[in-house]
Amino acid sequence: MLVIALSAAIAASSPAATLFTNGKVIPVTGPEIDDGHVFVENGRIVSVGEADAFAAPKAMEYDVIDLQGGVLMPGLICTHSHIGGWGGGDGTAPIQPETRILDAIDVQDPGFRRAVAGGLTTLNIMPGSGHLCSGQTVYVKLREADTIDDQVIRTASGGIAGGLKMANGTNPQRNPPFPGTRGKAAALVRQQFIAAQEYMDRIERAGDDMDKRPDRDLGLEIMAEVLRGERVVHHHTHRHDDIMTVLRLAKEFGFRVVLHHVSDGWKVADEIAAAGVPCSIIVVDSPGGKQEAIDIDFKTGRVLAEAGVSIAYHTDDWITDSRYFLRSPAMGIRAGLDRTTALRSVTINAAEMLDLGDRTGSIEIGKDADLVWLSGDPFSVYTTVHGTWVEGDRVFDRTDQEDLLFAQGGWGAGNAERPYMCCEEHQSGGNQ
Amino acid sequence: MLSFVIAALAAPSTVIYADRVYPVSSPMIADGFVRIEEGRIVEIGSADAYRSSDEDIVLRCTVLTPGLVDARATVGLTGQYNIDHDQDMLEHSNPIQPELRAIDAYNTQERLVEWVREFGTTTVHTGHAPGELVSGRTMICKTNGTTVEDAIIRSDAMVACTLGEGALKKDGKSPGTRSKSMALLRQKFIDAREYADKLDRDEEDKEPKKRDLQLEALVNVLNGEMPLLVHANRTHDIMNALRLREEFEIDIVLDGGAEAYRLIDEIRESGVPVIVHPQMIRMYGEMENAAFTTASLLSDAGIPIAIQTGYESYVPKVRVLVFEASQAAAHGLGFDRALQACTLDAARLLNIDDRVGSLDIGKDADLAMWDGDPFEWTTHCTGVLIDGEHVSTTVR
Repeated sequence: MLVIALSAAIAASSPAATLFTNGKVIPVTGPEIDDGHVFVENGRIVSVGEADAFAAPKAMEYDVIDLQGGVLMPGLICTHSHIGGWGGGDGTAPIQPETRILDAIDVQDPGFRRAVAGGLTTLNIMPGSGHLCSGQTVYVKLREADTIDDQVIRTASGGIAGGLKMANGTNPQRNPPFPGTRGKAAALVRQQFIAAQEYMDRIERAGDDMDKRPDRDLGLEIMAEVLRGERVVHHHTHRHDDIMTVLRLAKEFGFRVVLHHVSDGWKVADEIAAAGVPCSIIVVDSPGGKQEAIDIDFKTGRVLAEAGVSIAYHTDDWITDSRYFLRSPAMGIRAGLDRTTALRSVTINAAEMLDLGDRTGSIEIGKDADLVWLSGDPFSVYTTVHGTWVEGDRVFDRTDQEDLLFAQGGWGAGNAERPYMCCEEHQSGGNQ
Repeated sequence: MLSFVIAALAAPSTVIYADRVYPVSSPMIADGFVRIEEGRIVEIGSADAYRSSDEDIVLRCTVLTPGLVDARATVGLTGQYNIDHDQDMLEHSNPIQPELRAIDAYNTQERLVEWVREFGTTTVHTGHAPGELVSGRTMICKTNGTTVEDAIIRSDAMVACTLGEGALKKDGKSPGTRSKSMALLRQKFIDAREYADKLDRDEEDKEPKKRDLQLEALVNVLNGEMPLLVHANRTHDIMNALRLREEFEIDIVLDGGAEAYRLIDEIRESGVPVIVHPQMIRMYGEMENAAFTTASLLSDAGIPIAIQTGYESYVPKVRVLVFEASQAAAHGLGFDRALQACTLDAARLLNIDDRVGSLDIGKDADLAMWDGDPFEWTTHCTGVLIDGEHVSTTVR
């Protein structure tokens, strides 16, 4: 009874159905439709195809969005964002899987408004890279929200969807108890995974005997989720040898991992492909800024894709602003990436890296109506975002003056908070 | 016989044909060409009007523009590794050090200089970064050259000054507030004026001069020989800069101007140009209200603007001028004005437009070749010439 009442309430508050028409539809997982339509009902896509293939349902009112010759594509998905502020582990230990970025996010941060202005609909919000493990990430839909709970994506079992952030290379290197070298970093991580294995063994051996069960350990519980394959590791890594270290540890302990940043990924593309590990790439406009990124190259996406690696791009927002997220795959195209992969890299590939490929990331019947309406080609600098929809609700409207303020910036669009830029002071302070 | 003599005496020409030639100082030429001799542009026009001779070096591209002019950079003083060894853009031992010269710190061999050159930047106004009240003296140079002497256009361009949060210090160090910043700066200019007066008197008394490099630099500003380049983003910091200009009757150039759109009338009346902050600057601190539209709003109001790459302490260690101009083009400035803002407008603002910034006969043969609209993310820079020399063949 309760269930029925609840679903009735949801239906009542759901948006009217919406028809998107008079524009190009890029479903991403299927061919582009020059004059297409998409029909949305109760937050889901119920019809997609040629414009003249749309059959208006009888006795149903629906809104019509005239795309004015523009483009409708899946809402963009960023696999690596820091919108909402600092969070995750503190300075007391290098490995802190028990911390959640969820507990640190300011949902009123204007960064969220800028993200929908850039056509983003789903984010993986992460703690930083200053730890070997800085905590749990959270996957969010950019629904209009008063609290972060309104945005959190729930797993099938009702849990908070998210991964685990890990890092290697120079960012997590500090004074003890943090590692000072790469060898120490790997040893600390291996020891932690072994501790999680032993924790799981003790639980299994205890069986139903609660007296024999080990005390609950929040951190090891999360590591156990990783070892069981329920939680993906999102691993910051730049240099080729650091990338190989991640692959080595993933093989040893059997965890699922997405490699993030991969500045040197183009040097070890075949090895990454052989490991079957996807990569989420950052685009930075010049090499260096930190020593382990001096060989960063716009060609990384192309080289990895040609090797057979599934690729995504990410904003790393604040590092790059979500409002020009499409610039990142476009820079990949500049260095030879094919257009189809470029489109997939910020939609379905990204969704799959977050285990959300069955819900979002493409325009297909039954999927969430996460959509972005562009004025023109997704990879042109002159293209603007006209509108963004999350689960059928419009969350960005360029004709709305307040939305426009966040799209363009200006007086009142501000955010006085210090952004997340890992290790900036460390890097520029000359104390390496 | 006559033509034979001319051919024998003429220096070899480089001819570049392009589907679209943008001289910037005049309308676009479809199917145009530019001819170069001895490092200068000697001919420009419709390709129909020119038949290259066998001796010519011939280059082709889709779009040909002037080499880009970066109105405010720190490249060459900031290196890619971001370690002490390659970071010379800020000296923190004293908040006021106009005696520091960019030419003594600029590394022509820095990979990031090559990097920006490969994206069409041929001239940079570079030097000490924002981050100290007076951080040093900037210079203007070409992005080629083995030594800074090879590259230099002007060794003392402007005195770089920072107002606002960027120059404030913590833990009781000075300046800790905006008021203190202005007090220190005003006192220093007063010192410089008295120093100049004293030098004049010494001249009369035939006594030997005691030179003070620091005050000399500020005297240059007071005499109108160098403008004060004032990095100011908040509204009150911009007004402080304008007030300083009136008090000491000095030329200033605004650098940054994140909130300049709130002071359109004041800036226009002052006649001060604005080198607008990088378009992809991060919105936090004093940049929190930055807008993609600032360049177009100022330009619409008739305020002279140029585009810059500025300074980054982390990544990207240097920004790329054409990328920053792209964002301005897409946010109201449009193609023509955005191109102008990173070529001729920048050259005018830097007072080097007699040499660079447009494709005109007699100017330095600094050109950038592109395989499409330079501002499109997916377009490549296919080659760069500086003083007629083909300095980059890398496709970027």
